[in-house]
Amino acid sequence: MTLSRRHFVMGSSALALAAPATIARAQSDNIVFASILDLSGGLDIYGAPMAETTRMAIEDINAAGGLLGREVELKMYDAQSTIQFYTQFATQAAAGDRADTVHAGITSASREAIRPTLARFKTLYFYNTQYEGGVCDYNNFCTGSTPAQTVAKIVPHAMNKWGKKVYIVAADYNYGQITAQWMQRFVAENGGETLDVEFFPLDVTNFGPTINKIQTAKPDMVISALVGGAHVSFYRQYAAAGMLSEIPIASTTFGVGNEQKLISAEEGNGIMASYGYFEGIDTPANKDFLSRLEAKLGADRPVINELAIRSYEGAMLWAAAVREAGTTDRDPVIEALRSGLSYEGPSGAVTIDGQTNHCSMNVYIGELADQEWSIVDSFENQPPADTQLVCDLNQNPNQSTFLFENGLAAAGIE
Amino acid sequence: MDLFVAVTFQLVYGIANLALISLGLAIIFGMMRVINLAHGEFLMLGGYTVVVATNAGVNIWVAMLILAPLVVGVIGVIVERVIIRWLYGRMVDTLLATWGLSLLLIGLVTSIFGASTATTISPPLGIIRIGDYSASGYELFLIGVTLVLFLAVFATLKLTKLGLVARGTMQNPEMSSALGVSTTKIYMITFGLGAAVTGLAGGLLAPVTGVLPTIGATYIAKAFITVISGGSAILAGTAAGSILLGGINGIFSFLTGPTLGEVALLVAAIILLRLMPRGITGRFFRKSL
Repeated sequence: MTLSRRHFVMGSSALALAAPATIARAQSDNIVFASILDLSGGLDIYGAPMAETTRMAIEDINAAGGLLGREVELKMYDAQSTIQFYTQFATQAAAGDRADTVHAGITSASREAIRPTLARFKTLYFYNTQYEGGVCDYNNFCTGSTPAQTVAKIVPHAMNKWGKKVYIVAADYNYGQITAQWMQRFVAENGGETLDVEFFPLDVTNFGPTINKIQTAKPDMVISALVGGAHVSFYRQYAAAGMLSEIPIASTTFGVGNEQKLISAEEGNGIMASYGYFEGIDTPANKDFLSRLEAKLGADRPVINELAIRSYEGAMLWAAAVREAGTTDRDPVIEALRSGLSYEGPSGAVTIDGQTNHCSMNVYIGELADQEWSIVDSFENQPPADTQLVCDLNQNPNQSTFLFENGLAAAGIE
Repeated sequence: MDLFVAVTFQLVYGIANLALISLGLAIIFGMMRVINLAHGEFLMLGGYTVVVATNAGVNIWVAMLILAPLVVGVIGVIVERVIIRWLYGRMVDTLLATWGLSLLLIGLVTSIFGASTATTISPPLGIIRIGDYSASGYELFLIGVTLVLFLAVFATLKLTKLGLVARGTMQNPEMSSALGVSTTKIYMITFGLGAAVTGLAGGLLAPVTGVLPTIGATYIAKAFITVISGGSAILAGTAAGSILLGGINGIFSFLTGPTLGEVALLVAAIILLRLMPRGITGRFFRKSL
C-alpha cells in the first residue's frame, strides 16, 4: 500500500478526533494507574522486574473486585532510560490519561524530572525505589529504603565482623555522592575510620588503578555504592586480583539490578548487602507471592529485589488508601495514606510515615553465596530517620522540595 | 618498589585494554573509512557469545578464542553484504546506518536473551603476587593477547597477499579493480576481519566486565577517541593512541581519582587533535602501518 499525503492527513486527524473520546471513556469507567519505568536501554535491568510486579499488583487488585466497584486500568510507559521521556510521559499520564496515580522513576534524576510536573497537575505520585533520602513533598510518597534504614544497619554489622577501617567506592552522580556522605557519617558514628572515598563515572570499566589504591590503603573492608552495568566490572576485577578473600565488600546497591547473576559464584561469595527485601524472607505472605509469580512467569522469572517488591507494595498501599478514602480523589487518598496506613506485604509491614511521606519498613542484611542471598540479620519497623531530620510535612504540608540536592551539609546535617 | 611494579602493571593493562577494544575499529574506521557506531555492539556480541556458549557447556577458552571472533566475524560479513556495501565513500551515511544497526542489535539481543543473562564464568588463571600487592593473571594474559593480536594483524597486512591487496584496495579501489582484484570481495573480507577482531576483544573481556545488551555504549566513545587520536596508520596509530591516552588515564586515575582520570583522557585527546588534526601518525611514523 502506498501512503499518500492526503490519506496520511485524514488518518491522523481521525486519530486525533478519536483520542479524546477514548480518554473520556477511560475516565468514566476505569480507575487509571500509570507506570513509567525504564523497560529498555541501560536501566532495563532495574525496570523489567519492576514492571512485572506492577502488572501483578494491578491483576491482584482487579481479581479482588477492583477498587470501589471499578476496574483499575494500567497504563504502562517505557521511558527508555532517557530523562526527557519521563517528563513527556508524566505530562501525558497526568493531563492526557488523567491518571489517578502515577508510579514512576528509577534513578533520582528521573524522579526529580517528573516530581514538579506531577505536583503541578496535582497527580498523586509514588516513587518505589531505594534512594538517598531527602524528598519532602506532600504529593510524593517514597516507599523505598533510604540510607538511615540500610546504610545505618549494614555499617555497624560489617564493622563488627570485619574491622573499623573503611574504603568507599561510589557512582559519580547524586545518589552515589549523597549515599557516600551517609556512609562516612555512619562509619564515624560507629567509631570507624574512612580511609578514602572514590567516585566513578557510570561508564568506567577499568578499575585497576583503584584496586592498587585499595591495596595500598589496606582497609578492613570496602563499601560500594556503584551503579549500573559498567560498574559490574569492579567486582569481577576485584575478585580476579584475589582481593575478595582478603578485603570483603559490603554494598547498598549490589543486587538491585540482580548483579549477583552477572558475576560468577566465586566472584560474589561473601558480598554483604542491606535492603528492605530479599527473596529468602520466611513468611507465608512472601512464599505465596513468589509461588504466584512463578506460576505467572515460569521458572525463569526475574529474581525479586527491593525495587521489584516495593513496586508491588507501593501499588497495594495506594489501593488500600483508595479503599479507606472511598474515593480516588487526590486529597482524601493522601490523607488516608498519611494517617499511618500500613500494608502487610511480602517484605513485612510497610507503614507510611506521615511526617515525611516515606515508609517505616523491615530492613534485612543479606550475604551472597552461590549467586543467592541468605538473610543474616533483620530489623523490624525501621523509620526513615534521615529524611525525618529535615522534613516535617505535618507542620508544613505545602512543600515540594528535594532537600539533599546539594549534599548533606547544605541540608544542615553534619 | 612493589607499589611501582603494581601500578606500572595496571598502567600497561589499561593501555592494552584500550588497544584491544580499538583495534577492530581501527580496521573498519581507520582503514575502510566506515564510521561504525555499532562497534560497541560488536564487542557486546562477542561477550554474549562467550556467556551463552559457556552456559551451554562450551569450554571457556574455545568460546573466547574461537567462537567469539567466528560468530561476530560472520555477523560482520552479513552486515557488510546487507548494509555497508551500499555506502562506501559516504561516511555520514555509514554513521546513520550503523547507528540504526547498533539500536537493532541491542533490541535483538534484549528480546532474545532478556535484559540480563546470568553467567557462571570467572576469569581463568590465578593471581600474581607482587610483594604486598596482587594482580589478576588473566590481565597479564590479556596484555599478551593484545600484543599477539597486533603482531598477527601486522603480519597479515604486511606479509600476505591478501594484506597487500587489501591495502591497495583501500588506497585506490579503481586501480585495484583495473588490475583484476575483486574489490567487493576484499571489502567484505576486510570488514569481516575487523568485526572478528572486535568479537575476539569482546569475548576476551567477557570474564572481567559486565555483559549486558547495552554495555556497548561504554566502549564506543573511547574506541573512537583512540583511533582518531592515533591517526591514519591503523596499527602504529592505535598503539600510539592507546599508549598516550591509556597512560594519561591510568596515571591521573591513580593520582587523583577515576573522574579526573576520564577528564584527563578527554582533555589530552582535545589538545592532541588541536595540535595534530590528523592524529599522531599524521605527523610521526607516517610511513608506518
